[in-house]
Amino acid sequence: MSDSRAVLEAPDIHRALTRIAHEILERTKGAGDVVLLGIPTRGATLARRLGDRIERFEGVKTPVGSIDITMYRDDLRRGPARPLGRTELPPDGIDGRVVVLVDDVLYSGRTVRAALDALNDLGRPAAVQLATLVDRGHRELPIRADYVGKNLPTAKSEKVKVYLEEIDGRDAVLLMKEGAR
Amino acid sequence: MNRHLISAGDLAKDDALLILDTAEELARVSERSIKKLPTLRGRTVVNLFFEDSTRTRISFEAAAKRLSADVINFSAKGSSVSKGESLKDTALTLEAMGADAVVIRHSASGAPYRLATWVHGSVVNAGDGTHEHPTQALLDAFSMRRRLGGLEGRKVTIVGDVLHSRVARSNVLLLHTLGAEVTLVAPPTLLPVSVGSWPCEVSYDLDAVLPKSDAVMMLRVQKERMNAAYFPSEREYSRRYGLDRDRFAKMPDDAIVMHPGPMNRGMEIAAEVADSARSTIVEQVANGVTIRMAVLYLLLGGEIA
Repeated sequence: MSDSRAVLEAPDIHRALTRIAHEILERTKGAGDVVLLGIPTRGATLARRLGDRIERFEGVKTPVGSIDITMYRDDLRRGPARPLGRTELPPDGIDGRVVVLVDDVLYSGRTVRAALDALNDLGRPAAVQLATLVDRGHRELPIRADYVGKNLPTAKSEKVKVYLEEIDGRDAVLLMKEGAR
Repeated sequence: MNRHLISAGDLAKDDALLILDTAEELARVSERSIKKLPTLRGRTVVNLFFEDSTRTRISFEAAAKRLSADVINFSAKGSSVSKGESLKDTALTLEAMGADAVVIRHSASGAPYRLATWVHGSVVNAGDGTHEHPTQALLDAFSMRRRLGGLEGRKVTIVGDVLHSRVARSNVLLLHTLGAEVTLVAPPTLLPVSVGSWPCEVSYDLDAVLPKSDAVMMLRVQKERMNAAYFPSEREYSRRYGLDRDRFAKMPDDAIVMHPGPMNRGMEIAAEVADSARSTIVEQVANGVTIRMAVLYLLLGGEIA
């Protein structure tokens, strides 16, 4: 594929996640109240990886879950009904905790908006923060990430595709020109 | 998936699995404190019930409301129908009100097919005559899958008045699609003539079938349809085809007992069997709301052509 290039390889992704895990620990003073909630599919995988790292670095076991936003999307009526992802909250819930939402790519911000709506129906966190592996810009809503793996300037016509070992068999972030797949 | 859900036979295996998987995720919504999703905001679901059925109607109503759809209940009693309005005119009225989906229960087999030719929205069959009741079959399959872990190769026995049962027909079609092996057990008088063409086995001997069943579904003896001496007496029916304690003991230890409700305790099913831990009867009701949410979401959640 001549018109797609890897912007992050496996070691880059590992370093980025390690840094984000440290930043979460630093910002939340030890991550004692933190709950990591990944947005399926790849956000949920990233959340588990961050949870593992936080435990390895400081020995605190951070609750990890997932939050599906399909039913809260603002573009549901474009195209057929989508299959649902999994929402799985830690047993102690999210009330009074610091929820860190985890997604693979931050783009328009509409997914995060939907996740905030979904959170509203699930409990009342003390605070909500956002971690993303790639921030590719072009926000359409007043939303920003607290933890970013890589700021990636892109054209709107380009596509960013994240591959993760657990799902795709390899770690990489590809930037694709329009028309590429 | 089709735009309508009228027959369980219209569902391909992928469609059926998509509905069950969607329901699996939606079941979690019923467990949380805010049991509502905004997904069908602004959509209108009409419950068009020409036959009495409180259970099915409130189940569809709860499902639609949990997805934030607007629900209009239309029951034939005391409505324009009792003044002589035809199904078509009723349909056109609902159409003019902007119904995105019509859930219809009708005493005439095939009524949903006619309705589907008159309205633009989705038609969901909530039971038509002695024909089909696809959402019941879906919730039964869902309940079985949750208890048994899967349906492929599972042996399901359906016992009772198959002749008048839309539940049995829909279940046979759907369970066959999902890879289960269905055996119907009934007195010969309560089996339809065409049963030979159904994708299932037939037996007249309940005691022989029970020991190799993973799930046993008891059908209600529909007293309102027992008008032609199908069996000599209720007592005899109960003795030969009722699930009592002795028969229950013949079932494998992990086999489950199902009933679509409402049940006649002491007739087709003994009270202690209905109340046992291996009975899914109460779960089936809860699963009904969940499966209907899944169906309404998949029919109405996306773009409407």
